[in-house]
Amino acid sequence: MSRKLLLEKAHVEGIRNYDVYRREGGYSSVEKALKSMAPDQITDEVKKSGLRGRGGAGFPTGLKWSFLAKPAGVPRYLICNADESEPGTFKDRYLMEYIPHLLIEGLIVSSYALGSNRTYIYIRGEYAWIVGILEQAIAEAKANGWLGQNILGTGFNCEIYVHPGAGAYICGEETALIESLEGKRGNPRIKPPFPAVKGLWDCPTVVNNVETLAAVVPIINLGAEEYLKIGIGKSTGTKLISACGNINKPGVYEIEMNISVEEFVYSDEYCGGIAGGKKLKACIPGGSSVPILPANLLLKTAKGETRYMNYESLSDGGFATGSMMGSGGFIILDEDQCVVRHTYTLAHFYRHESCGQCSPCREGTGWMERILKNIEYGKGKMSDIDLLWDVQRKIEGNTICPLGDAAAWPVAAAIRHFRDEFEWHVLNPEECLKRNYGLAHYADPRTPAVA
Amino acid sequence: MVHFPENTVKKVQEIMARYPEGKQKSAVLPVLHLAQEEFGWLSVEAMDYVASLLKLEPIEVYEVATFYSMYNLDPVGKFVFEVCQTGPCMLRGSDDIISYIGQKLGIKPGETTPDGMFTLKTVECLGACGYAPLLQLGKHYREHLTREKVDALIDECRKSSGSLN
Repeated sequence: MSRKLLLEKAHVEGIRNYDVYRREGGYSSVEKALKSMAPDQITDEVKKSGLRGRGGAGFPTGLKWSFLAKPAGVPRYLICNADESEPGTFKDRYLMEYIPHLLIEGLIVSSYALGSNRTYIYIRGEYAWIVGILEQAIAEAKANGWLGQNILGTGFNCEIYVHPGAGAYICGEETALIESLEGKRGNPRIKPPFPAVKGLWDCPTVVNNVETLAAVVPIINLGAEEYLKIGIGKSTGTKLISACGNINKPGVYEIEMNISVEEFVYSDEYCGGIAGGKKLKACIPGGSSVPILPANLLLKTAKGETRYMNYESLSDGGFATGSMMGSGGFIILDEDQCVVRHTYTLAHFYRHESCGQCSPCREGTGWMERILKNIEYGKGKMSDIDLLWDVQRKIEGNTICPLGDAAAWPVAAAIRHFRDEFEWHVLNPEECLKRNYGLAHYADPRTPAVA
Repeated sequence: MVHFPENTVKKVQEIMARYPEGKQKSAVLPVLHLAQEEFGWLSVEAMDYVASLLKLEPIEVYEVATFYSMYNLDPVGKFVFEVCQTGPCMLRGSDDIISYIGQKLGIKPGETTPDGMFTLKTVECLGACGYAPLLQLGKHYREHLTREKVDALIDECRKSSGSLN
C-alpha cells in the first residue's frame, strides 16, 4: 500500500468544507511556514525535497522558484496551471474536486515563498463546476484569516483568483497560459525571456501545476528530509497517476514511485488488470504526448530489468525503447485495440490544438492527420509510412513551444514499435476496416503470444 | 442592442476587479463566458457589447473569441451535447456513442435539430478519460455513457423546462 500525502484525506466526509479540512489538520503548513520560516527558507526546503514539476516536464520545482527575479517595487506572480488538457490526464481535476483546500493551502505557502500578493488559478474552461468549488474554498479560507490582508499578523497579503480558460490545449504551455490570462489568444512566447524574469504583465512569474503546488503542503509539514525518503532516486514523494483505457479500474491513484509498472497494471489496488480478461497490448504511460510502448517494453526495459513507475525507469532506454513519466496520464490499449486508429485520433487532436504560429506544427500536424486517416481507412500506400516518419521529424525541435514535439513523438513511437501494424493496414485495405490487427510479436510477456 | 441584466453587470465589475489597474483586458475570457451564458452564442453584436464593457477595440474581442473552442460563433440548440472523441475515449467506445446520438436525433456532428432543441458536437479531450465515454452538457459532464444513458439523457432534456445547467 503506497503512502498517501495528497489524497489521504480526500474521501473524509465533508472534506470539501473548511471546518472538516481544518479539523483534519488542514492549513497547518501555512501556520508553520508563515510563523517560523522566511520565504527563502521555504524555497530551499522545496529544493531539498527534490520535488519535480508534476505537469509533465518534471523540472525541479525549487530550482524554478530560485530563478524568480525580485527587482524592488515590481509585483511578482504565482500562477497555478489547472489547464489539465493532456489526453489521458485527469488527476488535477480529481484533487481540486475532492480536496480543494489542499490546493489553496499549497498556494498560500507558495505565494508567501515567492512574494506573490495576487495569485491566479488558470483552470480549463470545461471544468466549469470546479470553478465554483475552488471559489467556495477560497472564500472560506479568507473568512478564516488565511487569505486577505496581514495574514496571521505577518504583514503578508495575498488574494487568490480563479481564471477560466475557454478550450485550448496550448494554454497548458506556460507562456501561452500567460498570454491567455492577459486576455489574448494562447500563442506561446519565444523564450528567453523566461516567465521568471518577464511573465504575467511583464512581471516575474512562476507557473506551476496543481499537483506540484499541493505537494508543497506535505513538504512543509514533514520537512524535506522526510519527503525525500518517500520514492526513489530523483523521483521523490508521491505521484498522482490517472489510469484509463481498457482496464478494470480506471481512476486516479496516488503512488510511491518505487512500485513496478506490472504491479500498477495488474494489482487490484490500482488498475486491476485488463478489462474483459484480455491481454495487454500497449500503453502510453505519461499522457498522449509521450511515446507509446508495446507490452513487453512497458513491463521490462530493453535490458530485461523490471520497469518501475518513476521518472528514471520509465525513460530508461530513451525514446528507442523507453518513454516518459510525463503528466502521469496512463493509457492502456488491449489486444483488440488498434494502434493506427488511436494514433490517428491523437494526430487529429494535435492538429486541432496547434495554435498555428509555427508552420512546421501548423502544417505538419495537418499532414500527419491526413496520412493517418488514409492508412486507417484502407487508403494508405507503403510510402505513406515513410512520409509520416519524415513529417514528424520535420516538426520535432522546429517550433517555439513543445506542442510540436508533443505531436511528433506519439506518431514516431507508433511507427517505431508498431510498423507491422501500419503495413498490415496498407496490405489489407478491406480487412483493416472490419477487424483489428491483434497482438503480434509485442505481446504481453505474462501470457503466451498470439498472432 | 444586447445588454446584460443588472446582476450580470455587477458580476462583470467583480471580475474586472481581480486584475490590477489597467489590466482589465484579462477579463475578456470570463466575460465572454458570461455573454455566452446570457445570449446562448456570441454574435458580433454580443462581442461588440463585451468590447464596450471592457473598453477594448472590437477586434481584440473577436480575435480571442475565434481562438478558443468553447465559444459558439453560431447559434446552437438549447442543449449542446459535446462528446469527447480523443484517444482514451475512443478506446472506450466514443465512436459508437457519437453515432448513436446522431442517429437518435437525426443529425450529424456540428448540426442542430430543426426544432432547435439539440446540437451535437465532437470535442477534444475533456480531461475525464477514466470516466469515458463522456459528454459535456452545460457546466457538467455526463460520464460512463451507454446507449441507455443517452436515451435517458435525451428524455431528461425533453422534459426539462430549464437549460439543465
